[in-house]
Amino acid sequence: MTVIKNLETESFKYIGTRPDRPDGVDKVTGRAKFGADAYAAGMLHGAIVRSPHAHARIIRIDASKALALDEVKAVVTRADFAKDVEGEFWNVLENVMAGERALYHGHAVAAVAATSSLVAREATALIDVEYEVLPHVTDVDEAMKPDAPVIREGQASYSVPAGLSPNVIDFYEHGHGDLDAGFAEADLVVDKRFTVEATHQGYIEPHACLAQLGSDGRGELWCCTQGHWFDQKFCAALLGIETSALKVTASEIGGGFGGKTTQFIEPVALALSRKTNRPVKLVMSRSEVFKASGPTSSASMDVKIGMTKDGRITAAQGTYRLQGGAFPGDWATMAAQCAFAPYDINHVKMTGYTVMCNRPKAAAYRAPGSPIAAFPTESVIDALCNQLDLDPMEVRLKNAAREGTKSSYGPTYPKIGLVDCLEAAKAHPHWSSPLKKGQGRGISCGFWFNFGMETSVNLMLSEDGSVQITVGTPDIGGSRASIALMAAEELGIPYENIRVNIADTASLGFNEMSHGSRVTFASGLATIEAARDAKKKLCARAAAHWAIPEEAVVWRDGCAMPAGPNAGEFDPMPIAEIAGKMGRTGGPISGHHAATPDGAGVSFAVHMVDSEVDPETGKTEIVRYTVVQDAGKAIHPAYVEGQYQGGAVQGIGWALNEEYIYDEQGCLQNDGFLDYRIPVASDLPMIDTVIVETPNPGHPYGVRGVGETSICPPLAAIANSVSSAAGVRLTQLPMSPPRILKALKERNG
Amino acid sequence: MVEVNLWSGLRSYTGGDLVISVEASTISEMLKALVAVHPSLGPVIEAGVSVVVDGEVFAANREVPISPSNEIYLMRMLRGG
Repeated sequence: MTVIKNLETESFKYIGTRPDRPDGVDKVTGRAKFGADAYAAGMLHGAIVRSPHAHARIIRIDASKALALDEVKAVVTRADFAKDVEGEFWNVLENVMAGERALYHGHAVAAVAATSSLVAREATALIDVEYEVLPHVTDVDEAMKPDAPVIREGQASYSVPAGLSPNVIDFYEHGHGDLDAGFAEADLVVDKRFTVEATHQGYIEPHACLAQLGSDGRGELWCCTQGHWFDQKFCAALLGIETSALKVTASEIGGGFGGKTTQFIEPVALALSRKTNRPVKLVMSRSEVFKASGPTSSASMDVKIGMTKDGRITAAQGTYRLQGGAFPGDWATMAAQCAFAPYDINHVKMTGYTVMCNRPKAAAYRAPGSPIAAFPTESVIDALCNQLDLDPMEVRLKNAAREGTKSSYGPTYPKIGLVDCLEAAKAHPHWSSPLKKGQGRGISCGFWFNFGMETSVNLMLSEDGSVQITVGTPDIGGSRASIALMAAEELGIPYENIRVNIADTASLGFNEMSHGSRVTFASGLATIEAARDAKKKLCARAAAHWAIPEEAVVWRDGCAMPAGPNAGEFDPMPIAEIAGKMGRTGGPISGHHAATPDGAGVSFAVHMVDSEVDPETGKTEIVRYTVVQDAGKAIHPAYVEGQYQGGAVQGIGWALNEEYIYDEQGCLQNDGFLDYRIPVASDLPMIDTVIVETPNPGHPYGVRGVGETSICPPLAAIANSVSSAAGVRLTQLPMSPPRILKALKERNG
Repeated sequence: MVEVNLWSGLRSYTGGDLVISVEASTISEMLKALVAVHPSLGPVIEAGVSVVVDGEVFAANREVPISPSNEIYLMRMLRGG
């Protein structure tokens, strides 16, 4: 594991160190409380009735048999939710509880609360739902055809041109230059079609919550979530109560990766609680997680790239068709915007179609759209390099975007770190190491935007000088450690003297969700500002004590001290001394910062993969993997390395085995980890990491988000590696053994 | 006047123009001015946009100052995982 620093100065005391994680002991001892660990006196258990059909009209729901059981306390249907919701609120409501039609296999149509989980689940079988089965479509290309079943009329956004299927609900087009002229400059043009199946984020903790909503319209919700202010907002709207009447507390979270940025069961648990006037706990089974939470899009894509003999990309064109389930979205837009972002291309055009299918409502999955779109771009570049006998690393360096490049999505790049990443990858021993017979090597670049958005932080001094910080961003990747390190750096006190807590929605101002790789950037930036606010107050107390002007006091190494000889001769006053008497010198001291920070800085990564394909079974083994990524500044390098490794591992699963498999009736066939194959430790080599630090000018310490970019390159890097090892270009993901065997058979005639 | 670059798909909303000049000193003013010049852009902006100023993405903050020296792009609203 390597850190390559491109910082001009390096004077941090705590930033860049690797202290123990603050949640470590709780998690290894089982003390940490996850969503399903919440209990309340008199609690009932909920269970959800789900559609066995991919598309069906709901004719009648008869709950009389279930309600005849003494242990069953209530049944809710769509009639138990607010009637006047619109827009995205309506879409979330329609997903958590079907209205007139079930739109996918597993769609919720009713829910029951009972005195035990077992009875609740058994009672779901007693609820008689009469359906009229309707034609369905689960394939994105089929859904775009003129004769495809129409899933929801009139859902297309403003962007969709006339004449397309009603299932096309969003359209995006962008580019610059002259494609015809660009392709005419090329010595070779490669044009290929690619497909990617839908995958699930695969978080280990299923969705779980405990809800309490009284007849007075006031309630509480405990849930595993990436954004409890959004749970508050959406649940309140769907239940028809005031937002502030609902207090939401985020539990520890056993993985999210974007999949816990929306609501699936929380409004249902609240509706059951309101109807029974008792707390209701609702926990999804793994089968329900697969069927009815939010997987990624599946996609079909066409990408055409022209290149000169010396490796200059002359033009690139991509068409991206992504389905996002039976609900509105703009998944293809995200894919299209990221598709060619790593490269400096004079003539480029991207077109995106987001399409409805009879599948669950897609949710974000780490850099949504970017990994899918990188797969065809990087595969075609690899094919061009092979046919033109060019070094794929040198070609990427030759075409890499850098400061001043006009990006494919429009704006001119400020300072970015792609070339630094490529140079680091080229210099890494992996790149020059020999391959064994039957092995192949692949590389890929990846890109993600990152962003800031609404953030609030409080920082409070205790009387002994230790510090508590409350943030509103659930810790999904080590943010409590990175926030404590940034506060330690600002305040000049040990990391161990700082505790970071995740506030509930009643205890802090609004916070955007933990997504978009924003937390270390945005909550970190707000923490730095809150610490500076507190330092100013600490200096003022010392100034008052010394009877000198506030501006004559500075904060250094955890102490107030005179700014210079002219300020007077005083011994440094430590934080504990000021805090110990703060009640007598003006009251409690705290810092606060609330803002909508921007300047998150885009991020790039380069992955290198060696693989070996068994020609008899089609099974792929990943034998070596190296991640190189720009972190701007790694606050806690061990967590950054973990993010890099996690992205690579999820990418390995996505590339090789993971896929949603639907039968001809549109029913999901592999709703468990036995049949949906995520990577396990024995499938993986050690994932080596290189942290490149090209500082982000938009953050005081140079931080860029790191949580998502690491999943952008692996699909393509692995595809290039496997294609090299197999001797045939793989254009369909996952590259499961049957697909590889089929490709080998076709190659061999 | 600031120059606002649009994504190509908006060409049909502006009579073919992809660069619109408006009087504005903040992102908020710029978005209002765009709708004043091309009312058909109203639903586009209402649906959610990000604004990129000199390469930095502003997904939510609308009070960011802008000037004629800035490179300004309108983008679709970003979301992450």
